[in-house]
Amino acid sequence: MSESLGVTPAQTVGPYLHIGLTWADGAYVVPEGTPGAFWLRGRIVDGTGAAVADAMVESWQADPDGRFDHPDDPRGARRSTIPGFRGFGRAATDSEGRYALHTVKPGPLPTFDGDTEAPHLTLSVFGRGLLHRLVTRVYFPDEAANATDPVLSTVDPRRRDTLLASPDTDGFRFDIRLQGEHETVFFAV
Amino acid sequence: MTQDADRRLILPSYRRDDVDAHPPLLSPGYRSTVARAPRQPLTYLPQRLTEITGPLLGEGRIGELDHDLTRQHDGEPLGQRIIVHGRVLDGDGRAVPHTLVEIWQANAAGRYRHAADTWPAPLDPNFTGVGRALTDADGRYHFVTVQPGAYPWRNHDNAWRPAHIHFSLFGRAFTQRLVTQMYFPGDPLFFQDPIFNSVRDERARQRMVARYDHTTTRPEWALAYEFDIVLRGREATVFEDEDDDE
Repeated sequence: MSESLGVTPAQTVGPYLHIGLTWADGAYVVPEGTPGAFWLRGRIVDGTGAAVADAMVESWQADPDGRFDHPDDPRGARRSTIPGFRGFGRAATDSEGRYALHTVKPGPLPTFDGDTEAPHLTLSVFGRGLLHRLVTRVYFPDEAANATDPVLSTVDPRRRDTLLASPDTDGFRFDIRLQGEHETVFFAV
Repeated sequence: MTQDADRRLILPSYRRDDVDAHPPLLSPGYRSTVARAPRQPLTYLPQRLTEITGPLLGEGRIGELDHDLTRQHDGEPLGQRIIVHGRVLDGDGRAVPHTLVEIWQANAAGRYRHAADTWPAPLDPNFTGVGRALTDADGRYHFVTVQPGAYPWRNHDNAWRPAHIHFSLFGRAFTQRLVTQMYFPGDPLFFQDPIFNSVRDERARQRMVARYDHTTTRPEWALAYEFDIVLRGREATVFEDEDDDE
């Protein structure tokens, strides 16, 4: 089957994205006080090393049991055992290009061909100057499953570390370099 | 359901967009792309559980007047009152029901209620410029707002953005997420706008332009524009092809 209707093209969110896209509770994938919760923090920089102060990241992830509350998960939709788990977060960058999301580590996921995906979040990056969202993944350090993750293993080994968060004082750090040296790996989905 | 489903995960998959469907990330006419567009090619990501699921948002996020940008303050905003309505569909023409649609826009004078927008056009105390709605069972949404004004920017000499409304859509899967802009038919500023023209294919560009809708236009009250939004559709799975004996 082919697409009978053409898709609507993407356009940039522009510099005033905050009017329409920021939520007071946006950063909270899980509510404050959730056991095991941490902050995922990072900074977005452009090809000149300058902070990207008018961007937004959105995250999507499984819960710690590796489940989604979604009808298309063939294992069945299952509400997380964590009260208030949303699976989704959004956070605009500040004047120094920093974002922060409050979340928990997702569980590993089965794949259609019997493999296991290491715990990961998927991130979309929107911003002025980005005509379409950029998609990347956040993996966690010291996860044995990273070594055999079917997505990480397809990424150029010299660039794999751009997908790995690093430990930080109150959680993990994941910087995003849009362009240039140590450019973050972005995906076509 | 096949018995195999017990042991193997059979996932839906979404069609990959054509090369020309979206603007190239590096579109130098839009200067901000030059330092922000990645230079490395995108890495192919198979659609797995994280990609074929997504946030099903909306319940509890929509206030009673969120769809009516003219009734969010004590008085009515200045400008031409308009109805903007349409359907959210997938590439096969199927409705995308109960999905969150977020919009934001400049006021009638072309000014955004935003600290970074400092061009000398008036703010309107009765206009914030943000709306939210959920599509109904047929994928329909409906907003009431005012016609946004054009505004200048510094991208090139005498640069003006054509009037537009920003649209954000989730669909039902991470792969369907889309942020776009809705334009108005016959805008004389299209020719010089590098954001509109970043979409190379003329037919694709026209998909961002709303249609004036005289049937929905309400006499002595508001002009109407119809804007359907198409998110990517699903591939039929091999299993459906083999086992579907309907």
